[in-house]
Amino acid sequence: MLRAALLMLLIAALPARAEDIVAALSQDRVSISTSFDGSEILIFGAIKRDKPQPIGTEMAIVVTVQGPREDVTVRRKDRRFGIWVNVEAVEVTGAPSFYAVASSIPLRNALSPVSDARWRVTTPTALRGPTMMASVARSNPEAIEAMIRVRSASGAYVTAENSVELRDDTLFSTTIALPSDLTEGDYRTRIFLTRDGEVVDSYSTSIFVQKVGLERLIYTLAHERPLIYGLLSLAIAIAAGWGASAIFRWVRI
Amino acid sequence: MQIYLPIAEVSVNAFLLLGLGGMVGVLSGMFGVGGGFLMTPLLFMIGIPPAVAVATEANQIVASSFSGVLAHLRRRTVDLRMGMVLLVGGLVGAALGVQVFNILRDLGQVDLLVKLCYVLFLGVVGGLMFIESLNAIRRARAAGPVQRTERRQRGWVHALPFKMKFRTSGLYISVIPPLMVGFFVGILAAIMGVGGGFIMVPAMIYLLGMPTKVVVGTSLFQIIFVTGFATLLHATTNYTVDMVLAVLLLIGGVVGAQVGTRIGVRMKAEQLRILLALMVLLVCGKLAADLLIEPAELYSVGTGGAH
Repeated sequence: MLRAALLMLLIAALPARAEDIVAALSQDRVSISTSFDGSEILIFGAIKRDKPQPIGTEMAIVVTVQGPREDVTVRRKDRRFGIWVNVEAVEVTGAPSFYAVASSIPLRNALSPVSDARWRVTTPTALRGPTMMASVARSNPEAIEAMIRVRSASGAYVTAENSVELRDDTLFSTTIALPSDLTEGDYRTRIFLTRDGEVVDSYSTSIFVQKVGLERLIYTLAHERPLIYGLLSLAIAIAAGWGASAIFRWVRI
Repeated sequence: MQIYLPIAEVSVNAFLLLGLGGMVGVLSGMFGVGGGFLMTPLLFMIGIPPAVAVATEANQIVASSFSGVLAHLRRRTVDLRMGMVLLVGGLVGAALGVQVFNILRDLGQVDLLVKLCYVLFLGVVGGLMFIESLNAIRRARAAGPVQRTERRQRGWVHALPFKMKFRTSGLYISVIPPLMVGFFVGILAAIMGVGGGFIMVPAMIYLLGMPTKVVVGTSLFQIIFVTGFATLLHATTNYTVDMVLAVLLLIGGVVGAQVGTRIGVRMKAEQLRILLALMVLLVCGKLAADLLIEPAELYSVGTGGAH
């Protein structure tokens, strides 16, 4: 019985071996320098096949990029004493700071609900990741929905269907735009090859985002030597104030 | 030219910041106000996180008031003794204000508090200034004999103990009222990211009875230390002072202030005050509308909520 089941599984898994994703990124590290204004990452690759591809199935490529997880607070406003104030706060642990999904065909066709739940691909399912408290999602679904809405509006969560270009069912490419207000950390990038909504192969890599140069220096100083940083800020302010006064006096004479 | 701010963690146009600094600088040069009450809401509007806007603005005010106080020191229009008394109250107030700010930030109500403070103070100050300058213009039109206002009667302020002599101001009053004024302005400086000149100047004239010529210099003197202290507290407890943002605002601000001073000289005092009053009321109205009108999005998402 068990052996038969294993054999069935093996047979079912066999076609998966027939197609592999070979992929690369235009850059695997993003440096936030003073002039940083967002970045576009080109993700491209090909499908390697040992034999002709199965006929009569719909193939799709889905690409996801996920920023570092962080704890966020979702607050709801309501009218109190005639003004709109924050009345309710929900702590959401481990929400990605950035999440983008791109696909070659509409996600509804590219991914069955079961595969989506298993691989956590679309934004709502990705948010209910292992580190996020599932209880929040159950007890407060509006808060999660609102977070997706707010972050989609600000460009932090992106769903771009039909944005993956697929040529001859073999070559694919897409660009993911990283916004200018990026947080530092590892951006996990996944590529899925699906047939009729089932994941055939997946590929995973990381984009490393880090502040560099002056940005790095100031950020580190502010967090590790806050007193020196504060005094330095004051010194700059005093010097600028004195300089302006001196120049003004010189100009008047 | 986009520039990435290391602490605010947003990318903004450097020229926009220089322009904002310059514009507010012109106004502060014209009217003799710090301009913090205009700059902080403007920074909110361009997407700087409120906590960073408030802390960084405090840092910027240090620069503009230092520049101003040097000019006043040369003209000997700073009452250092009064400044020190105001300062003692101010430092205590600023320390308390930063604590209140942190508690409310954890509760998610800091936006509300800052906005309510703005609406209240801008509304009152703008309204009073508008009425007063309108009356002044009407009097000037009537061209009647200018009525000299009598010196205020010695009120409750002069009945308090711990009297002290303030030679530059020509006053012999209790230290309690200046301490209270300093304390109150210190709280405002920490919470609102403003110098508090627009509260302090009227309080010094009408409450303490100081001569107008020493009021601005003394107020600036005290503001340097209180906002400096608030900057340090924000930098060490919240890590929210953005040096790059401060420098950009500073450059625009100091240049704008020089231009503004020259424009201000050519305009009549009443016209200046009525313009300032209208501007104050405009900012107040905008902030009040935000609180009163139902927002399009009821939810907001903040990172690193409770600490």
